[in-house]
Amino acid sequence: MKRKVLSLTLAAAMAASLAACGSSGSGSTTEAAATTAAAEAEETEAAGAETEAPAADGATWKIGAIGPLTGGTAIYGQAVVNGAELAVNEINAAGGINGYQIEYNSADDENDAEKAVNAYNSLKDWGMQMLVGTTTSNPCIAVADKSMADNMFQITPSGSAVECAANPNVFRVCFADPDQGAASAQYIGEHKLATKVAVIYDSSDVYSSGIYTKFAQEAENQGLEIVAAEAFTADSNKDFTTQLQKAKDAGAELVFLPFYYTEASLVLTQANTMGWEPMFFGCDGMDGILGVENFDTSLAEGLMLLTPFAADATDELTVNFVSSYEEQYGGTPNQFAADAYDAVYIIKAALEDAGATPDMSVSDICEALKTSMLNITVDGLTGTGMTWNEAGEPNKAPKAVKIENGAYTAME
Amino acid sequence: MSFMSYLISGISLGSVYAIIALGYTMVYGIAKMLNFAHGDIIMVGGYVVFITVSTMGLPPAVGILAAVVICTILGVTVERVAYRPLRDASPLAVLITAIGVSYLLQNLALLLFGADTKSFTSVITMEPLKLAGGQLIISGETIVTILSGIVVMVCLTLFINKTKTGQAMLAVSEDRGAATLMGINVNKTISVTFAIGSALAAVAAVLYCSAYPALTSQTGAMPGIKAFVAAVFGGIGSIPGAMIGGILLGVIENLSKAYISSQLSDAIVFSVLIIVLLVRPTGIMGRKISEKV
Amino acid sequence: MKTTKAKKNFWLGSGLTYGMVIVAYILVEIALKTGHMSSLMEGLLVPLCTYSILAVSLNLVVGISGELSLGHAGFMCVGAFSGALFSKIMKGSIDPTVSLIIAILIGAAVAAVFGILIGIPVLRLRGDYLAIVTLAFGEIIKNIINAIYLGRDANGFHFSMKSEIELGLGEGGETLIKGAQGITGTPQASTFTIGVILLLITLFIVINLVNSRTGRAIMAIRDNRIAAESIGLNVTKYKLLAFSVSAALAGVAGVLYAHNLTTLAALPKNFGYNQSIMILVFVVLGGIGNIRGSVIAAVVLTLLPELLRGLNNYRMLIYAIVLIALMLFNSSPKAIEIRERIAESFKQKRQAKKEA
Repeated sequence: MKRKVLSLTLAAAMAASLAACGSSGSGSTTEAAATTAAAEAEETEAAGAETEAPAADGATWKIGAIGPLTGGTAIYGQAVVNGAELAVNEINAAGGINGYQIEYNSADDENDAEKAVNAYNSLKDWGMQMLVGTTTSNPCIAVADKSMADNMFQITPSGSAVECAANPNVFRVCFADPDQGAASAQYIGEHKLATKVAVIYDSSDVYSSGIYTKFAQEAENQGLEIVAAEAFTADSNKDFTTQLQKAKDAGAELVFLPFYYTEASLVLTQANTMGWEPMFFGCDGMDGILGVENFDTSLAEGLMLLTPFAADATDELTVNFVSSYEEQYGGTPNQFAADAYDAVYIIKAALEDAGATPDMSVSDICEALKTSMLNITVDGLTGTGMTWNEAGEPNKAPKAVKIENGAYTAME
Repeated sequence: MSFMSYLISGISLGSVYAIIALGYTMVYGIAKMLNFAHGDIIMVGGYVVFITVSTMGLPPAVGILAAVVICTILGVTVERVAYRPLRDASPLAVLITAIGVSYLLQNLALLLFGADTKSFTSVITMEPLKLAGGQLIISGETIVTILSGIVVMVCLTLFINKTKTGQAMLAVSEDRGAATLMGINVNKTISVTFAIGSALAAVAAVLYCSAYPALTSQTGAMPGIKAFVAAVFGGIGSIPGAMIGGILLGVIENLSKAYISSQLSDAIVFSVLIIVLLVRPTGIMGRKISEKV
Repeated sequence: MKTTKAKKNFWLGSGLTYGMVIVAYILVEIALKTGHMSSLMEGLLVPLCTYSILAVSLNLVVGISGELSLGHAGFMCVGAFSGALFSKIMKGSIDPTVSLIIAILIGAAVAAVFGILIGIPVLRLRGDYLAIVTLAFGEIIKNIINAIYLGRDANGFHFSMKSEIELGLGEGGETLIKGAQGITGTPQASTFTIGVILLLITLFIVINLVNSRTGRAIMAIRDNRIAAESIGLNVTKYKLLAFSVSAALAGVAGVLYAHNLTTLAALPKNFGYNQSIMILVFVVLGGIGNIRGSVIAAVVLTLLPELLRGLNNYRMLIYAIVLIALMLFNSSPKAIEIRERIAESFKQKRQAKKEA
């Protein structure tokens, strides 16, 4: 009997919670933003009542960001969330967008499609108008379909699978996977870096296998010979000596590593122990390798990568971004943080182009932004003169960099 | 020649699995529980060494000692707080609690140390051994790991067979009820088991992180499960079995990567495990359990 | 006399379980219609059904048959992929709901076949060895699915285990399964109503199986295999039956899961051993063998991390602590004793009141 009573109470509590606690969204608005908003409002009031202060009605933009904040891919999601927050704070301090302050909120998707949809819904409950996200490809595809149903504007900083930006309301900051694969093969071919190429890739990862596929296709056109194509998976991503040995035995002159820098740091260490020194070539996921705490950067000497962002570039924008990121979050920002930072500024540029205001409906904002995205040209961390086409793809050139003396140097 | 180098890299991977499996199998054999948090204790050990050696600049010996002390305290505390209250409950309840502890440690580490990958400085300074004119290279980490594995294995076997506490452990693993009747303090014995298991996890952490120096809050999850597989492979509860199981697992993994398919190596490893268990249902070195009515 | 009482209890118990689901359904529908439902909760409705089905089906193996399986997510994965593949092929040519129903049947059938294929060798093992082998099967399934490339063009289907290029698709060809990216673009046909109907069917199957002659045979084997064997029960047959029915139901949950999202990939998070363990957590927390408990635990534990979203970075930490605390509270002999004592004192107080 007691059991029954217990389960009945639980069931009742459940039903109640279904109806009641749903409305309690996550409330982690950036405090800094809120305080600046208050200060701003006071200032405008002080300025006098004649000028119609646009922010006086208390309306704010609501931008949400989604990425894996826990679990094995937390490093990417946290970078996105931090990068976007940094941009929001800067914009707020400089007076907001079209005179309105931004409220910012983030949610964790654990790199899972289902959790990403939950995260999206919880941000929607909070009142999100525009989404910066999601960070990783599979969750991004799932969320993109939900955001299309709501007609909410979405810009993914780093969702690189082709399908991520397939919907008309979704735009992207980073390159699509096939572009990176093709660009890498072209670069290697045109610069005659090598003719015998080995590829090591993560067959359980969309990003990595997507780049590999296109790379292999383009390599044929470029007259490159792929002598070894070795895979690893998320469950066995520690030991690469066998893959390296096979590449070495096949006589590879260059090893293409289309995956992230955590694994890449192991590949470089293990190649060094083997005493093998081929050329290594990576993609944008490789950026960050110099920032790995305590990593022996001499191992990365000579590593080449195609990346739109380099943390030690000397232009003013990058220098400022890197220094304020380090100050606020610690550690060197990677490409994900830069993409997200750009994403917020892209939204700003598009909103200003459209002359939109926060009192517009989510769908109206989206429609306005869809048109404006085709008009704007943005100079950001991850590219200068970035423009977008109707497919949501960015038009920008990847930079080829080489690590020399522990720092990036641009290769023509 | 390439076969030899695949074999060697398999053995070096396997030796790391083996040393983790030693701690795993010991706790299982005596406390009869699958300690899913074992891998995460390794992760904690890794961070302790990282902080003491790389951040604070203390000598490696101090770092290793600190890791052993902290992991031991952690292991015993976890046992006391989370596992002991469930001693007489269903074994599944303890399994689930262990998973809870594993989540707890992972997320705590994520909050404390952040998500960034830390590159662990190898505490092993031994030069790699070069054979056949530099064709075959055995890294210092591999040699030290295998040697430590053997030392640990021998010490554990001696400890269990020669000391009073060790005998008490054996008794508890054989029959908990009867052990109590013989005046053995079961709780204390299990605490000691956890202390040793966790100290071994700290040693494993040092060796594992030296061999694969990318440290994150998830570092322990994968080797934890692989070590579990290795322990079962060798016959869970058997100390030499864990050593053999671990090395075999590493060798099979690398040979299948080399000769069959690098994409399907996980599937191949697990298939071999299944076949072994179907032929020898208690693993390679496992004791045959006679059925009691 | 005794049997009628047992029967009455059975009807009461199962009625309570169905009633609980139906009442929850009605309450949710009212909230939906009157607009009192947040987007987060609305989005969670289908997953709640999915996880409840998974928990109930795993309880059949763990609770009723007494075998520890750590590969349940593997069956879910097989069901999800076979169902989603069907829907993807059929997309646009038949009605989405009809397609979903056929997909569910396909998912259940394929998962059941896998259940039998895996069950025959595996069920010879016991306890933790069985656990590790089922875990291994789950991981094998995940690994293989990540390596599958399947495409279709004018010449029919193309299959490869290597890469998309190997498919050699002709003009206008379409890749259906794309390795690690899995299946993209399945119709989102799962609804809460379908989910609840599937949950009720699952409950019906499991509850009736448990209370049938077969169910009693399965439990007899669980409690004492040798005794059961000695009275002529076919151990393998009954164990296999429970195992494959459970696999089929997990396949159904997989199809429901696959049709709730437009992307389906076999990641460690959704189809790895972690997911299998999560389902096991539902079963253990809900009470081993307690069907109703499985549903409640699945719902509570799926909602918990979502409702903790306000805690931001501390979310998963708190979740872990709550999980440990719940386990200790629910299963530790001491906590049970304390709970009973409190209940006892309440009873005494009530009695005292009555007397006074």
